[in-house]
Amino acid sequence: MQATATQESVEAAIFRELARLGPEPEYVKRDITFDALGIDSLDLVEVAQLVEEEFGVLLKGEDMEKLQTVGDAIDLVVARAAS
Amino acid sequence: MRRRVVITGVGAVSALGDGASALYERWKAGACGIESGLGACREFEPTSVLSKKELRRTDRFVQLALVAGQEALAQAGWEDAPPVDPARVGCVIGTGIGGISTIESQHEVLRESGPRRMSPLGIPLMMGNAAAANLALRHGFKGPAFSTVSACAAGADAIGTALRQIRAGDADAVVAGGAEAGITPLACACFGAMEALSESGISRPFDARRDGFVMGEGAGVLVLENAELAEERGAQVLGELLGYGASADAYHLTAPDPSGSGAVCAITRALDDAGVAAGDLHYVNAHGTSTPLNDRAETEALKSALGDAANGLPISSTKSAVGHLLGAAGAVEAVATVLALRDRVAPPTLGYEVPEEGLDLDYVPGSARGLTSVNGRAVAISNSFGFGGHNAVLCLAS
Repeated sequence: MQATATQESVEAAIFRELARLGPEPEYVKRDITFDALGIDSLDLVEVAQLVEEEFGVLLKGEDMEKLQTVGDAIDLVVARAAS
Repeated sequence: MRRRVVITGVGAVSALGDGASALYERWKAGACGIESGLGACREFEPTSVLSKKELRRTDRFVQLALVAGQEALAQAGWEDAPPVDPARVGCVIGTGIGGISTIESQHEVLRESGPRRMSPLGIPLMMGNAAAANLALRHGFKGPAFSTVSACAAGADAIGTALRQIRAGDADAVVAGGAEAGITPLACACFGAMEALSESGISRPFDARRDGFVMGEGAGVLVLENAELAEERGAQVLGELLGYGASADAYHLTAPDPSGSGAVCAITRALDDAGVAAGDLHYVNAHGTSTPLNDRAETEALKSALGDAANGLPISSTKSAVGHLLGAAGAVEAVATVLALRDRVAPPTLGYEVPEEGLDLDYVPGSARGLTSVNGRAVAISNSFGFGGHNAVLCLAS
């Protein structure tokens, strides 16, 4: 059963996943960049896998490349889910 | 004038605990790290050294290498940065099988959940060069970095390769060693199918009751430096790597040549490379796996290569205390040998009690013994032989 992709649910899932990948949870915010968190392209593949699993939204490498901040990723997932 | 290569730091993780001194001091005192037939690193605690991210991005064999590497670099006084241009620092870490636990767990994911659920970290975790790559990445070494793969000779081949790199002028220093984490269901089952593993679960090299090797895991790392530069910076020198010899049996895929002729060739080459005569040796750190075939062939090889000098020469096997670390064995044993030579001590072959006909060298039974007749430096060879017929021998000195 996949969850509905709202700002809140996607934010919670992505924050949780990022904290699992390395950064301390208190640093994970919407406006911080993936660079600043030390999240690289390999980590983003894992984020994309989680998003697909939880929300049924398929993200490709080219989608992920354009993302700068955590908020960009959340917005993209919510927009894709709605389209 | 050929460059001399000195050892300025050592690190190890083994069944005897974290740290080179845990390995050497406990073995010397007669402690055995093998429990329930396995030489597992039960005390291994990588979280104090590695970040959460590094832990996620590394297989266990790499974690072992990074922790042993951290120890060796701290001892060499390299904690902050290498004392030479990073592009002149190499990194060569051998392994027998690489990230096999990752291979097993990722195969499980493939079978259970399909290809779309595979980790993007699968390949970088399992690749055999991952220990060399991660050590270089973590510490910023930009010289030649790769892995040697020659089964149970891989650790010794890595250290020998490092010696050659420094002598050739390709590097001023090389961080070298071996790492293995093969205590997994697949690896144990496969070694079991070869009937290579001890059924009794006891590692007692050279003893008549020996019945196979005990699987171990761990890592050994040494910091090797151009002696001239190390002395210039006032580094503490633990020992010297005098020579390296390698050969292949070309006899059988897994069994050693019973005459030991390939091993003789490697021993002779290491001594020639070091400029050391057989009579100048004070100690032999044997490959000594506790398999019926190896220990007999190795005894034959030592007799052929060293002649009369083999009689009365203390010969002991680290594997009696930690099991067989496969691609890490040669590195962990080199670390133990460096410390034994420093203290002029031959640690014992634990569990050796019952002699077998023809296996009549001095295997240092019972307890550790001081090395005698050492005038000046103490000199040893450390043997490593691998499935595939690979032979690698290092000649080390205090």
